[in-house]
Amino acid sequence: MTAAPTTPRLKTSAMIASFADPGQKTTPAPFGHALVKAARENENIVGLTADLGKYTDMHVFAQAFPERFFQMGMAEQLLFGAAAGMAETGLVPFASTYSVFAARRAYDFLCLDIAEPNLNVNIVGGLPGLTTGYGPSHQATEDMAIFRGMPNLTIVDPCDSVDIEQAVPQLAASDGPTYLRLLRGNVPTVLDEYDYSFELGKAKVLRGGADVVFVSSGLMTMRALDAAKELARHSVDVAVVHTPTIKPFDAATVLGEVDTDRLVITLENHTEVGGLFETVASAVVRAGLGKRIVPIALPDAFLDAGALPTLHERYGLSTARIVARTLAELG
Amino acid sequence: MTTTTTEQTPVRGGSFEERRRRVEAAAYRIRHSALNMGEVQGQGYVGQALGAADMFAAVYADQLTYRPEDPHWEGRDRFLLSTGHYAIGHYAALAEAGIIPEAELETYGSDDSRLPMSGMSTYTPGMEISGGSLGHGLTIAVGMALGLRHRNSASRVINFLSDGELDEGSTWEAAMGAHHHQLGNLTALVDINALQADGRTDSVLRTEPVADKWAACGWHVQRVEGNDVGALLSAFDAVAAEAGLEGRPAVILCDTRIGRGVPLLETREKAHFMRIEEHEWQICREQLTNGYEGEGK
Repeated sequence: MTAAPTTPRLKTSAMIASFADPGQKTTPAPFGHALVKAARENENIVGLTADLGKYTDMHVFAQAFPERFFQMGMAEQLLFGAAAGMAETGLVPFASTYSVFAARRAYDFLCLDIAEPNLNVNIVGGLPGLTTGYGPSHQATEDMAIFRGMPNLTIVDPCDSVDIEQAVPQLAASDGPTYLRLLRGNVPTVLDEYDYSFELGKAKVLRGGADVVFVSSGLMTMRALDAAKELARHSVDVAVVHTPTIKPFDAATVLGEVDTDRLVITLENHTEVGGLFETVASAVVRAGLGKRIVPIALPDAFLDAGALPTLHERYGLSTARIVARTLAELG
Repeated sequence: MTTTTTEQTPVRGGSFEERRRRVEAAAYRIRHSALNMGEVQGQGYVGQALGAADMFAAVYADQLTYRPEDPHWEGRDRFLLSTGHYAIGHYAALAEAGIIPEAELETYGSDDSRLPMSGMSTYTPGMEISGGSLGHGLTIAVGMALGLRHRNSASRVINFLSDGELDEGSTWEAAMGAHHHQLGNLTALVDINALQADGRTDSVLRTEPVADKWAACGWHVQRVEGNDVGALLSAFDAVAAEAGLEGRPAVILCDTRIGRGVPLLETREKAHFMRIEEHEWQICREQLTNGYEGEGK
């Protein structure tokens, strides 16, 4: 270590750090409460977890429906194999763990037991992308890259509590398997200020703008909206397209915005490999558009441990870094 | 077990001796079908099918409740083939059970057949899961048993797995989970033929003492001669009498002999994928029939 820092070093918070800004409006445990609500409507919904109920907001469901909650222990292969078996009996399981364990540890079980028979099992992954400071063991920076290659699987990367609340009943109602990049705890509430509703499989234009188009998913839509407001002060007019469903991808809506003279930037809480940027890029190439796209994403690297604000700043996900990058691209 | 009528399940009941004879006859036909399928293909997992034929026969001709004409009938018992490459034996059992036509067996492993080399639920009526990636079946079985109990179904789940699958950690995740959730409606059938892809089980990864491991996981454990139909039926009867009442999952460990019923193959060097020459298939069938009839059946 070099000389003492001029400002106090931030400390890595508990496992699940909040990425809400100080004073930001938040909603507690939106997934857990949405699942309870959906379960009141659909008696076939059940909840499972692998020793992470409290950390994926599944505990809210467990308290409301103890007889419909199944603790599978710290055994992710069993978690997803059993979820498949339950779906085979007509139940609609929501199975939660951390994204790293779902994507890396239990892939074979998700693929062959759930996706191949196209069962309605809903995989709920906590700590997607860079939402914990615990380092690579917990940071699922490549989960979408892993999952995009899996046939039949729908992938949802929600922005905020509004997205999660509206997505859960739609995930339960859709026939095949889904993967939800869970935001848990006190989750920012952002999209209620826009004329917006979550529709599975649809991208939505949250605001128009003459100079720049942001195509974003997950919590980066929140940052994109903040950055757009900030850029307005620099007289830069930014449109924001939110694409919470990564697969199947709403190429029509996104290409409609991309195919202009505006600067296009994708923003995602995920490695630049195999996530939103490459999804948009492949759609652009298929359509024959010779369009440059700037990715704002995590680097293709194992990331540092530390405090989330520090890490988001370091890896370019902070609002300030987005603004600076956009201005630099505009020259 | 689910309440059934005679229309739902073809043959049931009778004295122990009648049950034994019925299952032995079914096992003979399953073996015969497996040899025919193997001949059409010129290859296949015939050795495993012959070794496990008595287990398949005990399940389909004595234990399972099902409707041949409606393989997805909700009240059925579930039989899960975790060991996908044993499909040749399972298809023969499904034909024996009347779930697939016997004539279809000759399409085994051919393009566009409903009977692929490795068993998949998406291809074959009566096939509950897609096995083959080993160590999956018991995890799915735990979920099915939980789901059926949750839905107040009296149906049972029987999961067939091989001793090779005891190498997989997921099998033991499931074993612990089944005990934790007190799944008295779940039975595991383990085919211990002591052979895996790379050789003898004790040279690949020593899994013995197998019975102690299951017992340590809280299961009701029995170990029987898996080619002795009477022993298999007694074990199933013991499960019905004991394990279910205690709310414990039950495992029947079945020591079997690869190629069982065909001396030519029983004595051949043991191989995961057994080679049989073109002229040998008829000899195999004759040896099988002579053995079966020679025992006065």
